[in-house]
Amino acid sequence: MAQHKVNYLQDGGAPIKLTTIDKLVNFGRSNSLWPMTYGLACCAIEMMATGASRYDFDRFGTIFRASPRQSDVLIIAGTLTKKHAEFMRRLYDQMPDPKWVISMGSCANTGGMFNTYATVQGADRIIPVDIYLPGCAPRPETLQYALMTLQRKIRKESIFRAHKKKRLV
Amino acid sequence: MRKYTPKDDVQRKAPFSDRFFVSPSVPRTDINDDEIFSKDYEKFCSKFNVLDAFIEHTHLVIHIDKNDIVEVMTFLSEELEYDMLIEMSAIDYLSARSGYELFYEMLSLSKHKRLRIKCFLDKNDAVESITSIFDSANWSEREMYDMLGVKVLNHPNMKRLIMPDDWYDHPLRKTYPLQGDEAASWYEVDKIFGKEARDIIGPEQRDPAAIDRYDTERFARLGHEVPFQTDITEFEPETSIQYQEDDTSKIMKTLKPEESVVLKRRR
Repeated sequence: MAQHKVNYLQDGGAPIKLTTIDKLVNFGRSNSLWPMTYGLACCAIEMMATGASRYDFDRFGTIFRASPRQSDVLIIAGTLTKKHAEFMRRLYDQMPDPKWVISMGSCANTGGMFNTYATVQGADRIIPVDIYLPGCAPRPETLQYALMTLQRKIRKESIFRAHKKKRLV
Repeated sequence: MRKYTPKDDVQRKAPFSDRFFVSPSVPRTDINDDEIFSKDYEKFCSKFNVLDAFIEHTHLVIHIDKNDIVEVMTFLSEELEYDMLIEMSAIDYLSARSGYELFYEMLSLSKHKRLRIKCFLDKNDAVESITSIFDSANWSEREMYDMLGVKVLNHPNMKRLIMPDDWYDHPLRKTYPLQGDEAASWYEVDKIFGKEARDIIGPEQRDPAAIDRYDTERFARLGHEVPFQTDITEFEPETSIQYQEDDTSKIMKTLKPEESVVLKRRR
């Protein structure tokens, strides 16, 4: 039979669980990371595969959102060209704080094999990056691991401290 | 001492040349060998000034004067039934002949024949647009202007196609450096943050072999992850790959790699 009444004599008395604000907020933040539906090149295909049912991003609480206003993670999936850099930065600026950035693949990390005039040599030249994920293109498992690493990073952050500026911007 | 070679125009010549290299040439055949081409060429010759003509790889190649281009294209599409412009662009001959060679690749669906019109354009000259005859020339001419700087007259929408509108120079020219000039290397920084930010962001890292092994500000090695800005020049600790902290949640079990089992065969 189900017991509806709280037994105050058991479990040390009152039905209270003690924790810190940091832990509570970070629990919420890290388990509902909503990345933006935003792909630039072939890495986007792997990102889509990670979001799809086989690798299933949803079980991490990670649901792709089609608007920067609703998302808090930016996955730079692909080659960032100089023509596109401005728009990428605009999308990043449109995202509400707190926000995090995963740079996915060699091209986004360092320019990769595109050592040419038209490619931004590392997306961190224009936006601050939290997680660099190597690979060309990275497997879905590694993107999952990158996301889990980001979650661990978020859980270590304090919510009261202003977000540390990573580079000029 | 090594001989000094100026580095400013290295792209103009090949870094290495084989002494015994013979450049391959495509065999050219006479136009009269092909029945359809010879008839077409006869009609063509009666109307326009032909500088050179031959068959190359089953394509009829005709060199014409660049001032005739609109009339030639009209004639080809309306009278000789070359009704598709497959591709057009230009070739950079700026250093050798101080101009561009333009090529127009045509296809006749009724005759199953391909034809190439070529003309030479001096670097200060402009060519007439053929967008009014072939719509596919619209973007091709824009690309030609964008990548090589060939000027096109009477084009309906003459602006860059691939590079941004405020890009400096034309990247497909032989003299354009592969890794970009000064303007290209600062393009995104100038555009987003302004010129003042150049000092803070710094120049591009263009060396593909550059690795700062002890840089923990930007990189952590998988299995050797350390907190941000830790000095690892002396000692690099080994950390096992961990998917979650131990005390995250009461309801979830933490995976311990040492307790996990690797299956011998698939179930």
